Amino acid sequence: MFPTPLEKRPASAKTVYQIVLPLALIAWLLPLIAVAVFSIKPAADFTNANYWGMPSSFDFFENYGQVFFNSDMPRYLLNSVFITVPTVIGAVTLSAMAGFALGVYRFKANIWIFFMFVAGNFVPFQILMVPVRDLTLDLGLYNTKTGLVLFHIAFQTGFCTLFMRNFIRALPFELIEAARVEGISEIRIFWYVVLPLMKPALAALSVLIFTFIWNDYFWAVVLTQGPESQPVTAGITAFNSQFRAMYHLMSAGSIVAALPPVAMFFLMQKHFIAGLTLGAVK
Amino acid sequence: MSDAALPRTDTDRSYWQRNQQTLAPWLFLAPAILFFAFYVIMPVFQSFNLSLYDWDGLGTKEFVGLRNYEDLYWEYKDGDAFYTSLQNNLIWLVLYLLAIPAGLFIALFLNQTVTGIRLYKSLFFFPFVISQVVVGLVFTWFYDPAFGILNVVLGWVGLGPVNILGNEHTVTYGIILAGLWPQTAYCMILYLTGLNAVNPEQIEAGRLDGAKGWRMLWHVVLPQLRPATFIAFVVTIIGALRSFDLISIMTGGGPFGSSRVLAYYMFEVALSEYGFRMGYGAAIAVVLFAIMMVFITYFLWSMYREEKR
Repeated sequence: MFPTPLEKRPASAKTVYQIVLPLALIAWLLPLIAVAVFSIKPAADFTNANYWGMPSSFDFFENYGQVFFNSDMPRYLLNSVFITVPTVIGAVTLSAMAGFALGVYRFKANIWIFFMFVAGNFVPFQILMVPVRDLTLDLGLYNTKTGLVLFHIAFQTGFCTLFMRNFIRALPFELIEAARVEGISEIRIFWYVVLPLMKPALAALSVLIFTFIWNDYFWAVVLTQGPESQPVTAGITAFNSQFRAMYHLMSAGSIVAALPPVAMFFLMQKHFIAGLTLGAVK
Repeated sequence: MSDAALPRTDTDRSYWQRNQQTLAPWLFLAPAILFFAFYVIMPVFQSFNLSLYDWDGLGTKEFVGLRNYEDLYWEYKDGDAFYTSLQNNLIWLVLYLLAIPAGLFIALFLNQTVTGIRLYKSLFFFPFVISQVVVGLVFTWFYDPAFGILNVVLGWVGLGPVNILGNEHTVTYGIILAGLWPQTAYCMILYLTGLNAVNPEQIEAGRLDGAKGWRMLWHVVLPQLRPATFIAFVVTIIGALRSFDLISIMTGGGPFGSSRVLAYYMFEVALSEYGFRMGYGAAIAVVLFAIMMVFITYFLWSMYREEKR
């Protein structure tokens, strides 16, 4: 193990480490801690310029109550859910199929189709912006959740296919061969043989895509406007202009907006990291 | 191949049964390819085409040939917005790469086994999970000249107050620092996973040969972390060139357009109150695409070599 494990070092090293560790964490998360503290302060603290002192009262319920009952925030959150969940389902479904095709079959165009997905996944958003916006307008889907979902599914399919294909390549190919000898159709092989083995990949991708899409801001701004369809990332700017300079409410709003992916991460940590670090180890 | 193993003869079976190994991949690929071609591949070409036109997004398109690119060239010559954006993109690219050594550093720091280290690792990773919109907001307050914690700290040592985001010479660096926060967390998790898989025997062998500290890291550990470094490099480059959210939230390209990058400038030209110059925007996007393409080609080439092995 590198660096040298603390057990093999003098006892003092371990003590120092255990003191430095929490301090380093606090320093690392300082900007966030500040926002969390802001979000429970009463409005009076900000007018009295008591930014960094102790909160003069604990206003958790007042502030978060405002966010949930006196703003469009619940609306935006709900929109985010209705954008994120269908995208996850769509992108994972399409890419499981595409990944299966590219991972299992040997045919001439295979690597080129694979590279098309990989390259497309790296393309800058801006080169897609005007045509995709036009396309969405032409389909009558501008400013709808469906318009956003369709685009997100298409774009995320690139990354997901890369992921799925590499995952399937690592599965034991003999299983598929054996099934073929039994005369099982290719579609049934996908459904009954490969798909059950892909559960870890499906879980990892779902969590990752959930986070990516929940946090998307650019496409939300390009393809939607207003509380009827905008997700929470775009909504937060409207929220902030509604509560301009009311830092306690803006903080509470930001925390609410950031929470779902954070919860997802902590609940599904193993899958999340497995997805993110795919390929980081040989 | 396996067809020969099947007892039935070809004539007994339907067209699908005879050809399913050739047909099945296309069947499985069709929906993904359709979606991808429609929403990703085609728009790239449409943007190339559009960059040769003058278009306000509503009226008729007017073919102008390469004039949009000519205008960009003059903007570059005169040190205008396009020049600033390009320059800032370069600064982003270079400084954003600091996330890789920083991530490695934190990963090495956290690669120990004390109680609760798992939770520490998760909490260090935290910034990556949060939306860039929130990161931008958090850092805007962090830098705030009136109450930002940065100035509070600077005040303790008798410095200050500085207005990082209000100064055209510091604003880009301030935004990049905000971007480095989640990006470092990402690189950290890549390296933590990589470190987990480092071969302990090689480390021990290195120790016996008297290697430690830097020499051990450079000659024994880093070579084994190559796959992690490669991915960290890919995601950081892409992230640097994609920078949009933070700029939009923290400064809106200001002050005086000094924090624009190509991605943001393109958006401004094509879709904001500065007017709907779609063709011009497309030309900027093409330039950004060309820069990105250099890296994409390199990444694909590396992957191709891996595949061949």
